[in-house]
Amino acid sequence: IMCASAKYNTRGPALIPRMKTKHRIYYITLFSIVLLGLIATGMFQFWPHSIESSSDWTVEKRSVHDVPVVKLPADSPIPERGDLSCRMHTCFDVYRCGFNPKNKIKVYIYSLKKYVDEYGTSVSNTISREYNELLTAISDSEFYTDDVNRACLFVPSVDVLNQNALRIKETAQALAQLSRWDRGTNHLLFNMLPGGPPDYNTALDVPRDRALLAGGGFSTWTYRQGYDVSIPVYSPLSGEVDLPERGPGPRRYFILSSQMALHPEYRSELEALQAENGESVLILDKCTNLSDGVPAVRKRCHKNQVFDYPQVLQESTFCVVLRGARLGQAVLSDVLQAGCVPVIIADSYILPFSEVLDWKRASVVIPEEKMPEMYSILQSVPQRQIEEMQRQARWFWEAYFRSMKAIALATLQIINDRIYPYAAISYEEWNDPPAVKWSSVSNPLFLPLIPPQSQGFTAIVLTYDRVESLFRVITEVSKVPSLSKLLVVWNNQNKNPPEDSLWPKIRVPLKVVRTAENKLSNRFFPYDEIETEAVLAIDDDIIMLTSDELQFGYEVWREFPDRLVGYPGRLHLWDHEMNKWKYESEWTNEVSMVLTGAAFYHKYFNYLYTYKMPGDIKNWVDAHMNCEDIAMNFLVANVTGKSVIKVTPRKKFKCPECTAIDGLSLDQTHMVERSECINKFASVFGTMPLKVVEHRADPVLYKDDFPEKLKSFPNIGSL
Amino acid sequence: MQTRKKYIFLTFLASWLLLFFFGGDQLRRFAFFSRRKVEARRNWPHWTDRSLLKSFADPEELLSDGDPSLPSPRERQAARLSVYKNSRCRMETCFDFSRCEKHGFKVFSYPRERDQPLSESYSKILASIERSRYYTPNPEEACLFILSIDTLDRDHLSGQYVRNVDEKIRSFPLWNGGRNHLIFNLYSGTWPNYTEDLGFDIGQAILAKASFYTESFRPGFDISIPLFSKDHPQRGGEKGWLYQDSIPPKKKYLLVFKGKRYLTGIGSGTRNALHHIHNGKDIISLTTCKHGKDWEKHKDTRCDKDNVDYEKFDYQELLHNSTFCIAACIPVLLSDGWELPFAEAIDWGKAAVVGNERLLLQIPSAVRCIHPERVLAFQQQTQFLWDAYFSSVDKIVHTTLEIIKDRLLPHRSRSRFLWNTLPGGLLALPDFSTHPGDFPFYYLQHGSSPSEKFTAFIRAISPGESPSQPLLRLIQAVSRSQYCAQIVVLWSCGKPPPPSGKWPQSTVPVAIIQGREKLSDRFFPYAAIQTDAVLSLDEHTSLSTSEVDFAFVVWRSFPERIVGFPTRSHFWDPEQRRWGYTSKWTNELSIVLTAAAFYHRYYHNLFTEYLPAGLRELVDGLAACEDILMNVLVAAVTKLPPIKVTQRKQHKETVSQQVKGMAGAAGGWRFSQRQDCLNQLADWFGLSLRLDPVLFKDQVSVLRKKYPRLEK
Repeated sequence: IMCASAKYNTRGPALIPRMKTKHRIYYITLFSIVLLGLIATGMFQFWPHSIESSSDWTVEKRSVHDVPVVKLPADSPIPERGDLSCRMHTCFDVYRCGFNPKNKIKVYIYSLKKYVDEYGTSVSNTISREYNELLTAISDSEFYTDDVNRACLFVPSVDVLNQNALRIKETAQALAQLSRWDRGTNHLLFNMLPGGPPDYNTALDVPRDRALLAGGGFSTWTYRQGYDVSIPVYSPLSGEVDLPERGPGPRRYFILSSQMALHPEYRSELEALQAENGESVLILDKCTNLSDGVPAVRKRCHKNQVFDYPQVLQESTFCVVLRGARLGQAVLSDVLQAGCVPVIIADSYILPFSEVLDWKRASVVIPEEKMPEMYSILQSVPQRQIEEMQRQARWFWEAYFRSMKAIALATLQIINDRIYPYAAISYEEWNDPPAVKWSSVSNPLFLPLIPPQSQGFTAIVLTYDRVESLFRVITEVSKVPSLSKLLVVWNNQNKNPPEDSLWPKIRVPLKVVRTAENKLSNRFFPYDEIETEAVLAIDDDIIMLTSDELQFGYEVWREFPDRLVGYPGRLHLWDHEMNKWKYESEWTNEVSMVLTGAAFYHKYFNYLYTYKMPGDIKNWVDAHMNCEDIAMNFLVANVTGKSVIKVTPRKKFKCPECTAIDGLSLDQTHMVERSECINKFASVFGTMPLKVVEHRADPVLYKDDFPEKLKSFPNIGSL
Repeated sequence: MQTRKKYIFLTFLASWLLLFFFGGDQLRRFAFFSRRKVEARRNWPHWTDRSLLKSFADPEELLSDGDPSLPSPRERQAARLSVYKNSRCRMETCFDFSRCEKHGFKVFSYPRERDQPLSESYSKILASIERSRYYTPNPEEACLFILSIDTLDRDHLSGQYVRNVDEKIRSFPLWNGGRNHLIFNLYSGTWPNYTEDLGFDIGQAILAKASFYTESFRPGFDISIPLFSKDHPQRGGEKGWLYQDSIPPKKKYLLVFKGKRYLTGIGSGTRNALHHIHNGKDIISLTTCKHGKDWEKHKDTRCDKDNVDYEKFDYQELLHNSTFCIAACIPVLLSDGWELPFAEAIDWGKAAVVGNERLLLQIPSAVRCIHPERVLAFQQQTQFLWDAYFSSVDKIVHTTLEIIKDRLLPHRSRSRFLWNTLPGGLLALPDFSTHPGDFPFYYLQHGSSPSEKFTAFIRAISPGESPSQPLLRLIQAVSRSQYCAQIVVLWSCGKPPPPSGKWPQSTVPVAIIQGREKLSDRFFPYAAIQTDAVLSLDEHTSLSTSEVDFAFVVWRSFPERIVGFPTRSHFWDPEQRRWGYTSKWTNELSIVLTAAAFYHRYYHNLFTEYLPAGLRELVDGLAACEDILMNVLVAAVTKLPPIKVTQRKQHKETVSQQVKGMAGAAGGWRFSQRQDCLNQLADWFGLSLRLDPVLFKDQVSVLRKKYPRLEK
């Protein structure tokens, strides 16, 4: 390129004057097109590609058979046997992980090698399909690093998923010569089928020193709690068969056993159960007379009846998962996939991911001794719980069993949670199926605390320039016994608040906060000046509330500190004609919102409103200068799942929509705008969180036939 | 000219095309680009033949690993029993489940011997066990045995150390190698190494021990309990220190530690390093070298300065004002190698920052990174755990027993959810249900709602050939409610109930239960009650359908509380600044009488199964006390006052009966949570509100009102 343009340039001045103008333009156009084309080509070829297809470049297109061969001398070192006393604080080097702003461990994978012994015989199969999937998943995950020096966890590429396919001593030697082995510190091995005949150890027999083991058949004696990770035995059927989720409910069989090679003793016990309970128990076995070409693993038989496996699992409420020679059984995965509740009969078995998964919600564990009582035990499980277990079982399979990727990532996450406990995933996140996560609420103020009355409340008055009315509100509110501080939020940037000497003299501290912008959300900012839990938001024109009413409102809030407690109540209704939500301020028998022109609530909700309001609601409110109160009602109802509390009878309130009560014309646009807000917020929240109730709170003796002077709140409800 | 133009044009075009197709590829190999190649991640290769790889196990191998030639399950179990003993004990190998089958989970404690001194703490433990609902004085019935020898302090330098325990226990005929025994221990070994040595062979007994080393802990068998002092209250227990939920959790200090710095021996490393995180402002980490008698021997240069600092700050003040703390008050736990108390049931990750001792220096930065809402949740959770499981010896002992009971019947045990959600595992009885939706406490977390119907449960006491007039009227009124599913009459007056022909025809089924004339009977969990909500009524209660409807709608908003009609008036006396009453209207407690109240049926189970039998006997002996006990129970469980709703008119009941009931109850309470309930009583006095229909007595047309009849 350089040469071509240089040549053209040098000759250009001589050439161009000789050409006709038409040609000159033609040449210049041509030249610039070519130049542009070149630049574009360059950009297209090099720049974006270096990001987009970096994996293309680095992914070597080769076969697993082309990997380097490593010869293991017969006398190369063998690691110590696994150390049963290992725990994270003794055998794991946390310093490798360090404090990390993302709170993610870094995982390094050794590159694949083929190991042969002195005579050139290979030590094992190079790598299995599942282990390759597992390593690919780790490599594609956020945990992966290719920098061995920054890694906190090392995963050898030596495949030890199935101990039967290994030469134990040589595999151990292969591990010991890994570049960062260091007695296996921070190394993670994945094994699903441990042990071998005749005694079938419950953990991998390969000597591995301090390495962590993600194992598929641990018993309480081999599992190092808080160090090892118990994983499922992957069922290859998960990838082959697509079983659509079946709705929970009663199914054709009550108990089903589908395992093929049960110990005769177990089988006879199961058959006794069947004899006792008839049709509802189905015990399947291997088919003896299948025609050629039908895969035996996909069929089960009972007498002469042939059933498709794993489809038949969906026909039963409970499915038996009995231990075999090993504790971990691949059938567990199939059973969960079918949404059948597993009945686990394997004493001392550590269930998969038991460190984080609550198996009591998805399975029934029965001691081997109690097998004969299985039927009556299962009948005592309430129907509602069975349905929930069916859903839970399916969810466990979808989230943690369905692929090697799911298994690998859950394992790494568990180790990650141990290293960064303050960023650990919660019980709910691990265990709640999406539907439950969606419908359940976890109230941030869940502890039932009745705040001491002595604490009092802070009144926040949002004002712009109505000084006279503001002063009246301040004077009125200051009469409330439990008021502990008054905060005026001065929302007018063009005008200074009145001089100190002009403000009413009241018995509690009065503070004025000036804001930078005239925004409605300033009312809900968690000002440092608020030192009480209770906040009373009050407009600068609410002068009609009596001191008794406000004090009573505060008392009510103390009993319901996690709710909005307010005076004027409003309702949302479904408009069947328009097919959308409608705002209602008429005399209704129900309330679902209270206006924050006068409402008590917990200061925490100010924090939520300012920092955790979903979507663009906060900006939307500030832009429209309306509906901040509806937004607050949505927020509180959504996070607590509870209704508002409206206190005391209806009064004449000075607010735009209240004019209707005064007999004046209704501000139609205002109502339309408020309805729009409800629809907008409902779509942002993705649901309608507001709760409709039919009650309001009154003083105990309200309107009772009793001397007024003996009542604690006599001055209530006067118009 | 033309040819030349064409030539130039073609050259450009050709070179452009060439560059487009090959140039990029060529240029990539230049040094400039290959540096980038190094920067790019070297991922796990996508093998060309990955689809040809073999599975880790062929399907046959996966599905049929049970080799019939292997030892039979029974032989294997027998072999296991002989191998996994003592230090390798598990429930399956060292615990005799058959002892618990016939009589259920019963606990026997050895009779106390006169010459045997008991420490204050151990007497409290024994007292808790004897008051437990699982206690049995008969060793034949027992499933679990507790020694009368004080094994709490096994530091042989201590005054409480009991000698020759081995010989003593071997002489007990029931000892049986320690099978089905539970041994409590608080201290073992001595400074500097604090070994786990108890000085005797516990054999196959379950060890409930404070500060348990992970290494000697037998998972699923032993239990780690919290360390408590001899002053720890037997019952009730102090409420936690959290009085308010502040956000942001602004406390004076972010992180505090104050404690002994062991100069040598176990724990000295971390405690010596603690001063590195002290910044004197919001992170306070104080240590003292004064520990034992001879601390000056090991004294180092920092001791003097430390001791001065140590005296400057008051421990109580620090803990009250700190957001996080290490040791003593729960939130930051640096406990490498220790089993956290009740970790089998409690999810500590929800309540505390569990840190690694070796990353001590990172704790300040980690703690600062935690979101305020998480801190708020930690604070409340810690408080809940303290209240539910730690605040008294009773709670510690009962939690230990319940954990063991849960192991016996895994299918009838509490999920981690029930243990870690308010009101806690001790109050969620798995015998009632293991499904969260069946309890009154979990509707919101569970995403479900209480049933839409209720059962009216009427106690009839006046004998007669046919039901009394008030009873008939009541049945009429209640059955007209759209929410009523069934009416259950508890006939408790000694005589057989009238034949079915004498009962009124109603739209809902009416069932009659013959009671036993015991007052506590009205809170028995009858199987006939099939809805979540129970409307408890007395024969003489007079209620209108509107009242019932409105109260039920309110109850659905507060399913964990008692929602009742006030049956007494009380008033505020402004001169004496207290609640007062006239001679006609007695005490305040009457406001929550269950003569007409909605509550969740689970409270019948708690009343009958959770409360100690002695308390129910007491109630049977007194008149009109059982409903107060019910109120105390619900308040103790929920820590919330009941709800009152509008009532049309005052209910009539004899006052004298009421007064007598109160006096008796106040004098004779042996409630296990006496202190809790007294705290609750104080809260009841604060009750000042009543829930009315939204338009109650508002000046608006009657036609608009849903419950106009309530205003008459």
